[in-house]
Amino acid sequence: MPKTLTEKLAILADAAKYDASCASSGTSRRDSTKDGIGSAGGSGICHAYTPDGRCISLLKILMTNFCIFDCAYCINRVSSGVERARFSPEEVVSLTLEFYRRNYIEGLFLSSGIIRSPDDTMADMVRIARMLRQDHGFKGYIHLKTIPEASQELIGEAGLYADRLSVNIELPRDDSTRQLAPQKKPETIRAAMASVRLKRQESRERSHTGKRPARFAPAGQSTQMIVGADAANDRDILSTASRLYSGYKLKRVYYSAFSPIPDSSAALPLIKPPLIREHRLYQADWLLRFYGFDVDEITSPRPTGDLDLEIDPKLAWALANRAHFPVDVNRAGRDMLLRVPGFGTRTVKRILTARRSGALRYGDLIRIGARMNTAKPFVTLPDWSPGALTDTDDLRARFTPAPQQLSLF
Amino acid sequence: MYRVTLPDLGAFDVWRDSARTLASHGVRPEDVLWQRGESADLFDAAPPPSGPGAAQVTATKDFLSLAKSVLCHSASEAPGLLYHALYRHQDDPGALGNPADPLTRKLARLQKAVSRDVHKMHAFVRFREVPSSGNRRAFGAWFEPDHLILEKATPFFAKRFGDMDWTIATPQAVARFEDGALTFHPPAPRPDLPEDASEALWSTYFANIFNPARIHLQAMRSEMPLKYWKNLPETRLIPEMLENAEARVAAMRAALPTTAPARAERILERLQPGPVADLPASLGEAQVAAAHCRRCGLCEAATQTVWGDGDPDAGIMIVGEQPGDQEDLAGRPFVGPAGQVLKEAMAQAELGPVWLTNAVKHFKFRTTGKRRIHQAPNRGEIDHCRWWLDLERRFIKPRLTLALGATAAYALTGDASPLRARRGMVETARDGGPVLVTWHPSFTLRQSGQAAVQARAELVEDLTKLRAMQAQT
Repeated sequence: MPKTLTEKLAILADAAKYDASCASSGTSRRDSTKDGIGSAGGSGICHAYTPDGRCISLLKILMTNFCIFDCAYCINRVSSGVERARFSPEEVVSLTLEFYRRNYIEGLFLSSGIIRSPDDTMADMVRIARMLRQDHGFKGYIHLKTIPEASQELIGEAGLYADRLSVNIELPRDDSTRQLAPQKKPETIRAAMASVRLKRQESRERSHTGKRPARFAPAGQSTQMIVGADAANDRDILSTASRLYSGYKLKRVYYSAFSPIPDSSAALPLIKPPLIREHRLYQADWLLRFYGFDVDEITSPRPTGDLDLEIDPKLAWALANRAHFPVDVNRAGRDMLLRVPGFGTRTVKRILTARRSGALRYGDLIRIGARMNTAKPFVTLPDWSPGALTDTDDLRARFTPAPQQLSLF
Repeated sequence: MYRVTLPDLGAFDVWRDSARTLASHGVRPEDVLWQRGESADLFDAAPPPSGPGAAQVTATKDFLSLAKSVLCHSASEAPGLLYHALYRHQDDPGALGNPADPLTRKLARLQKAVSRDVHKMHAFVRFREVPSSGNRRAFGAWFEPDHLILEKATPFFAKRFGDMDWTIATPQAVARFEDGALTFHPPAPRPDLPEDASEALWSTYFANIFNPARIHLQAMRSEMPLKYWKNLPETRLIPEMLENAEARVAAMRAALPTTAPARAERILERLQPGPVADLPASLGEAQVAAAHCRRCGLCEAATQTVWGDGDPDAGIMIVGEQPGDQEDLAGRPFVGPAGQVLKEAMAQAELGPVWLTNAVKHFKFRTTGKRRIHQAPNRGEIDHCRWWLDLERRFIKPRLTLALGATAAYALTGDASPLRARRGMVETARDGGPVLVTWHPSFTLRQSGQAAVQARAELVEDLTKLRAMQAQT
């Protein structure tokens, strides 16, 4: 018996939930004042939150969960007994538009298992995006997952309709990919990201006539790495992330704690998802992108190359490099202020602005929004000096949660 | 004492006109009573003077946009604080720009509360389809914001849902969008919106996109506060989703791996790569084999193997060091800045088609911040990659070879001595052919002034020499 739309939606949303990305921000500005339906271009909007704390911004579904690949970590691998379904392009288009009109979503995030061949699958996904944009004048956000092996022409067309393209690298090390996802080729995945980067670059250059080519994936590209499915340590993960950012100008690398899946593979036993580790990796990622840290600095405090799970990576770095502290808030440069635990990018910006109106005191920093409980061992102010606090042996203990007594029952 | 009454709709214009007049008369903030809507007059207060006063009143664009937001705040002190800021701004224009100033900070906090409320309205309005008389579809929604944001928040919906008619009703006022025109009306009783079939589909989606293995209630509640739940249809499912979550995860863990469906084996067999010959039999085969090379560690970081390119029958092979940033991305040799120099020099030397390649076929680099910085390959990497260079030479059979820089010279001849003494000389390759040694084009890019000019001239000179040698062979 053919499946109903509700049944298909249940299966194909369930299959899509392991993709962390749901961003809908930073694309070209457009709206439906003249024609069509939808708008985009501002900051993204999260329309709902599920009890896993993740936002729903886009209708995140698979076109189909049939797949010819056998990736051990994936619910949709060919050897899994999970129930299969497939949307028709019209069904995806209609779901997207009807959800959009009711203000449930910002747009569509379409991914797919690989059916028949990579080109066939990519062509179907591109067709859905084309129908939304051309037949229905849809101006909302579209994120397409690209199939790395698909032809350059298809990727080229996908970038014209989609705001964002992404290819998941999935595993931080090539040997893990070969072991757990034998049909995937790490070099092909990287080449696909490189080609998207080059296409974006070309689309921003004016031709000799001064004409600007059509925008290509204006919200850039992103990727995802699974954390905890292989033996890679945090240094491996962050080094890979840093190479992806610098090489392919990715907007985001998402880290996804390996999470139990129905009908798991014998090759990969299920674990409790390492959520804290995932959180620390995101913090480290921010330090790489916005705080001027490099991977070696972030992973230096511990010899294992893993991040400290109890305290955040910036605090861990500061505790291991106390010679740089305390910092004089009224004199230090932006680079050094950004390294003070408790000061975020916004706080630093406010400090720099406020300094023009006179020296800052302890109370001013609280008003500005600095987390002074964290920052106070690391800064000096006209009315505050940490004295010996900066170098006390038990400074780390002040920031870690009190050890819990084990329950006897 | 003066009194200004702000209307529920269009409050900003009234506030701005009154504030400008009051400030121009030098009225102190503590002498103005701001109130919203019509309420009993407790104090003996006069309306603001009718005409402008003697003083010139100035305000920045940023302040006006701040005022527009802050005035939406439901706190009764908001209009007064804004007037205080405007009044102070006339004598102390710096204070508004100082994030450590208490009043500035307070206004910033009110503004943040309003913009959060606006953002949540954009997120949490849920339309239901209602019967429509014309050819535009019609939708309606009920929403309860914390602040008086209807006028501020609804232009967003007008831009987004341009091709449909809609009504958003709130306890304070009603916004209506019909045939492209947005209008505001006094509050009406909560409308009774008909059932909408899409709500069931939406709930199905909500329940199935949820991952029961990573419950994080605090994150959900802080981003989707409980006060909004009553108007969000999907939240009705949350208790049930939570109740079953633990059991679902336990079942996943407990389940024994099942046998793969019958089709799996068939499909995977079809995907098995064919047998690979130990030794490629042609240039094309060698290129395919090189794409998956793992002879050294460079393949982990580099994007792809950059194989040679050009005319395989030209009889001339030009060997560089390794692909750079651009070559690594494009998968083709000499497409970056150094390649540009080489191609210009070749044109100057009137050199015809050649085969271009590199001694090492993967890009070696380190990352600093957002950039990839080239690093020279080491002896081991060059030696490993010579397997491919030798194969390439076996199929291309060049009569002449040009080595660009020390790495290429070493890979071709085995001689690692400094380049300066060897430049312009013809040496013998390991496989016996003649190798002319010259600068790497990127060397000419690293030089400055006279040295750069000279290095470039020498590169052209050597290429010209290569052409002359080609004519003789």
